[in-house]
Amino acid sequence: MFAYAGKILHVNLTTGETKTEPLSEEMAKSYIGGIGLGIRLLMDNSKPGTDAFHPDNPIIYCTGPLSGTMGPTAGNGYAVVSKSPATGGVGESKAHGFFGPDLKRAGYDAVIITGKAPKLSYLWIDDDKVEIRNAEYLKNATVNDTDNKIRDELGDFYIRVSAIGEAGEKLCRFAAIINDEFRAIGRTGMGAVMGSKNLKAVAVRGTKDVNVANMEGFKEYIKMIHERMKGPATKKYKTLGTPENVLVLNSLSALATRNWTNATFEGANKVSGEYLNEHYVKKIVGCATCGMRCDHIAVVPEGPYKGSTSRLEFECLWSMGPLCGVDRLDAIIEAMRIVNEYGMDGISIGVVVAFAMDLYEHGIITKEQTDGIDLKFGNAEALIAIIHKIGKREGWLGNILAEGVAKAAELIGGDAYKYACHIKGLELPGYDLRTLKTAALGFSVSFRGACHLRNGAYSPDVKGKVNRFKIEKGRGKMITDESHMYNIIDSLIVCKFSRGTYYDGWKDLANYYTLATGIPITPEEMTQDGDRIENLARLFNIREGKGTRKFDDVPYKIKNFPVPDEGPAKGVCVSDEEMAIGLDDYYASRGWTADGIPTVERLKQLGLGDLAYIAEDAMKVAKGGN
Amino acid sequence: MVRPQDRKFVTADPDKCIGCVVCEYACSMVNEKTFNPNKSRIRAMRLGPLINLAVTCRHCEDPACVAACPRDALTQEEDSGIIRVDENACNGCGWCISACQFGAMNMHPEKKVVFTCNSCTDNETKEPQCVKWCPEEALTFVTAETLAQKYRQKAVKNLFQTAEEANKSQ
Repeated sequence: MFAYAGKILHVNLTTGETKTEPLSEEMAKSYIGGIGLGIRLLMDNSKPGTDAFHPDNPIIYCTGPLSGTMGPTAGNGYAVVSKSPATGGVGESKAHGFFGPDLKRAGYDAVIITGKAPKLSYLWIDDDKVEIRNAEYLKNATVNDTDNKIRDELGDFYIRVSAIGEAGEKLCRFAAIINDEFRAIGRTGMGAVMGSKNLKAVAVRGTKDVNVANMEGFKEYIKMIHERMKGPATKKYKTLGTPENVLVLNSLSALATRNWTNATFEGANKVSGEYLNEHYVKKIVGCATCGMRCDHIAVVPEGPYKGSTSRLEFECLWSMGPLCGVDRLDAIIEAMRIVNEYGMDGISIGVVVAFAMDLYEHGIITKEQTDGIDLKFGNAEALIAIIHKIGKREGWLGNILAEGVAKAAELIGGDAYKYACHIKGLELPGYDLRTLKTAALGFSVSFRGACHLRNGAYSPDVKGKVNRFKIEKGRGKMITDESHMYNIIDSLIVCKFSRGTYYDGWKDLANYYTLATGIPITPEEMTQDGDRIENLARLFNIREGKGTRKFDDVPYKIKNFPVPDEGPAKGVCVSDEEMAIGLDDYYASRGWTADGIPTVERLKQLGLGDLAYIAEDAMKVAKGGN
Repeated sequence: MVRPQDRKFVTADPDKCIGCVVCEYACSMVNEKTFNPNKSRIRAMRLGPLINLAVTCRHCEDPACVAACPRDALTQEEDSGIIRVDENACNGCGWCISACQFGAMNMHPEKKVVFTCNSCTDNETKEPQCVKWCPEEALTFVTAETLAQKYRQKAVKNLFQTAEEANKSQ
């Protein structure tokens, strides 16, 4: 096999044992790499019902077949998969930057880490040499300090480090793993799983070659993508960047504001992509092998946060800005910087703070409980102060909020659950689901919880391809088809910002794969891989008791608090009836039962017959329950 | 014969370079027929998100690397200024590496001999491959004189722009 390393590394942190096993061509072709391969390895290497923080829960680092090649955006990625401490189901996230290619060059398609180190440690992978090293001197260190100190200790500037900060060590359920300063394995709390294993970081140096099957063909292909990257498909990311969405969503009454109280933000112009670029962005940089560039590096020029520097994208700008009612970009840039230092999910943290602000405004939590922080919507200083507390799990509230909104609402009790905006335990990303209803359905069925990147269901709504104020038949198929594409993008670990450059969709991606690996694959086979991965993830969630219909829902606030803002969206929210129509339609398009369970027949068609027992068991339970 | 001042070398514009290392991959692809930045003759350095620069051999006059080699393994080509390595003579001692002020001498990870920029030329563009592939057009293949002209022009433009702005704001 070309492009693949052909090898999986196992590390047991409890015993210190390591071993390798080969990656078969069948496994490679069926699950591609990245999250596809990762979820299959998670299924095969974990026991049902294992708690996310139990040493037996494996955390799996995966590269993709294109990692380490010159493939633009695809050459630089890695994925991390584990059981999520936020959702109890599949946890997965990808990051680009510079770490992934070194892991591939070190010779691994996947690294499966189990057990728990007796003391804080880091894993040092130096090609074939694998070592578990002391990290006690890095206790509570920021992600960036950890990166610098490990490279200093090992004496090589080009070593790549993927690390957690204090939040991960303290088991914050939305802790991230971060590489290259600000590139995050952000969602689903993978950093907390690392923390539960006493694993501060994975450091890697890979010096081996990565060879593709057809060098000439591959070279021509990447030349073509480089050319396309100079064109309209990537313009947004290379100019204003994703913060362009602020004004777009605001104009659609889809910019969730003050924890989904409003759908428009009166301060939108002060936190827009336009304003950000004019006043704060110093340079736009890029990841390894990328033919475009998107990292808008913002620097605060004056005021209390002068000099604060961070990369800012729409999601985090929104979560710590409009969602908290904050209209000060200097504070948002500083908030982003410290969130990266603690190592937290930049989406979840904003939703968590907005949730706390909502509770504070409604008198459900008091100023005594916030340790004197005036947690009103729009208070930028309060935003920064509470982030520090959450990152350190300091005080009653800081400690509770580090559990994420779902668990925090349970701990606070009373009406708190009404303000907790999450799906399956994962905080909502930056779209108002009341006014983008394909997105409401798409996010509700995402296997990793609330997510805009599992099927891109916001896109038909925002682009005006459908009536976004209602859910009707046909949306299910739209979501199903897109989810397969997103699964393959995340298994090849192509950056989603580049997805528009694959003009011929599946044909382009299948061609890309074959040129690199030498493994023939048709667009149809690759689509089926995407379908297989979706069903596999669903089966994992079902196995863990989190995968049936009742978990595919939208938050209370989305269903019970109609949009109050004047305009076409006034009075809109999502009803149980339309969710039911949407779910029936979606399950039907997948060939799943009405309870959202894949049929045995469908699983066999997809080559998942060996896991059909999970569906059969779930169907028995569903019948018993009737 | 080419005059020393007409020798061309690859240089990166600090305002444009974003540290994407496409140059490293292009270099290893063309010169080593594989993907491996450790085998690249140009290396990008990122010292923080705003500090990026790709660095390679500048084909200096009286190069320190050649002078430092105790085994006469390095020679400079008269016309191009390219540093050629006699792989039989080089024993990988690395004196040339410490002598080079640009960190442009590299140790080959497998052969354990040094290697550096060979100004590989693309048939189409007549420029080195890294220059051809750089997506930001940050790399150029220049003589010292054209480089000087470029920065002189920039300095003068900046001066007058600043003066113009100052006039406007008055």
